[in-house]
Amino acid sequence: MSAAAETVSDNAQQIAVEVDNVTKIYPGGVEALNDMTIHFPKGELTSLLGPSGCGKTTLLKIIAGLLKPTAGKVKVNGVDVTGPGKERAFVFQDFALMPWASVIRNAAFGLELQGMNKSEREAIAEKYIDIVGLKGYENLYPHELSGGMRQRVGLARALAVNAEVLLMDEPFSAVDEQTRRKFQEDILEVVDDEQKTFIFVTHSIEEAVYVSQSIALLLPRPSRVSEIIRPDIRRDISPDAIRRDPVYLDIVERIWQGLRTYVE
Amino acid sequence: MSSFLIHPLTLRLVSVVIAFGTWEYLGRIPISPAFPTFLETMSALWGMLMDGSMISVYPATFQPLLIGLIISSILGIACGVFMGLNHKAEWFGAPVFIVLQSAPLAALIPLLTFAYGIGLTSKIITVCIMSMPVIVLNAYTAVRHTPTSMIEMGESYLGSRRQIIMKIIIPAASPIIYAGLRLGAAMGFIGAILAELLITPTGIGDLITYNQSIAEYDKMYAAIFSIMVFAVLFIEILERTEYIFFRPDKRVTQ
Ligand SMILES: Nc1ncnc2c1ncn2[C@@H]1O[C@H](COP(=O)(O)OP(=O)(O)OP(=O)(O)O)[C@@H](O)[C@H]1O
Ligand SMILES: [Mg+2]
Repeated sequence: MSAAAETVSDNAQQIAVEVDNVTKIYPGGVEALNDMTIHFPKGELTSLLGPSGCGKTTLLKIIAGLLKPTAGKVKVNGVDVTGPGKERAFVFQDFALMPWASVIRNAAFGLELQGMNKSEREAIAEKYIDIVGLKGYENLYPHELSGGMRQRVGLARALAVNAEVLLMDEPFSAVDEQTRRKFQEDILEVVDDEQKTFIFVTHSIEEAVYVSQSIALLLPRPSRVSEIIRPDIRRDISPDAIRRDPVYLDIVERIWQGLRTYVE
Repeated sequence: MSSFLIHPLTLRLVSVVIAFGTWEYLGRIPISPAFPTFLETMSALWGMLMDGSMISVYPATFQPLLIGLIISSILGIACGVFMGLNHKAEWFGAPVFIVLQSAPLAALIPLLTFAYGIGLTSKIITVCIMSMPVIVLNAYTAVRHTPTSMIEMGESYLGSRRQIIMKIIIPAASPIIYAGLRLGAAMGFIGAILAELLITPTGIGDLITYNQSIAEYDKMYAAIFSIMVFAVLFIEILERTEYIFFRPDKRVTQ
């Protein structure tokens, strides 16, 4: 790593989120992030890929304003982050649904906290519940849903507040392979349609290559950005063709080679 | 058939029948002349209900009991929640209630009567001393154990402190708060009877002591039995209110 910022994109592009020299040491003494610098371009989906424990959730929570960095600073649209903000929404790794609230109340909860009236917020939540494929489940409670369905409620809640930056912590980890593929295609559509910036944590190399404009490979001990990869795979062909595309397969293989030393 | 056998209601009924059967059996041995059988107790209960001697004493018992329980619930939950939210309050409050919880009540009662006399006040305080610690400590533990990610969720969607407490922390804590309320209510019933046995004999406590002194053990046990029935009913009602007010999700599966 040099002193220069690890910008994940060519310089012409606008930067939505800047993470500059961020270090995070937890009270127990664990150094989760060490002098990390990474910039996320506007309107793109950037994946954070790396072995378990390398600080992906920590980084995401610092960007969300839920954790204070020990050193360094984060800017969103050029403004310093001092806490959570309206322009950012978070999808939690463990869903963080309220067990006592129905699907629709959970999905509308961000709007409820903003003080929007009930009929208005439920109409919006309804729309996103439909988008994530949970139409008809509005009045069930989280314990009546599968893990994948719960995750989609968390996704609907994040989409409903219409934030510019979506911070997604392994949003598809509890979803079966078929649903996952459908989700990946859906997310590509959302990225295309809405000018939103996505920061997306995943454990799946294939998923990262398939959905991202750029991939930041994070490595532990000490935690750092080891490489930024822009997959630049063809998007004009069918999803299945992409998955057989030699360029796609090459990138998957290259990332795997970079990570395997940390897995073995 | 087998689903009937393991139905919760069947199981409850079986457990009640076993308990009363054992009572009847032990009474018939008899293990002590002062221990009446279940059926003798029930017929005494029936007699006392019919001649009004039982119903007339209950207001005297319920007055300190209900006032005490209401005070302990409101004050106890407020203290517990506050202690759960605020470290300074925790350091100050937790030791007080832990000591109170294990305090020997019988030793405190002379102090109480010395300070507040032998009237209603002392009895209300007795009920509170018995029921409040467990309510406070449960509420405090419950608030302390709200899942972090749920609070972070509230913060990330810009909930105010007040919204996070009212919409997230309290509902998340309500099952354990209610467990504390149920235990506290049971302790409060014990406290009310103890107060009547140790301070001045009134109400159901008077009925117990009086019948014991004239060796009418079936009536004495009938009085004890009746207060237990009230305690169970009261706790059952309390549980319902939780489902209604805080946890609609639990009602679905009931
Ligand atoms: N609240 C905390 N207190 C102390 N240490 C923590 C805390 N949260 C995380 N850590 C430590 O910080 C490091 C990074 O954790 P983090 O959760 O960011 O990893 P991650 O990359 O998201 O892992 P995973 O892929 O398994 O979700 C880990 O070593 C972890 O033990
Ligand atoms: Mg994580």
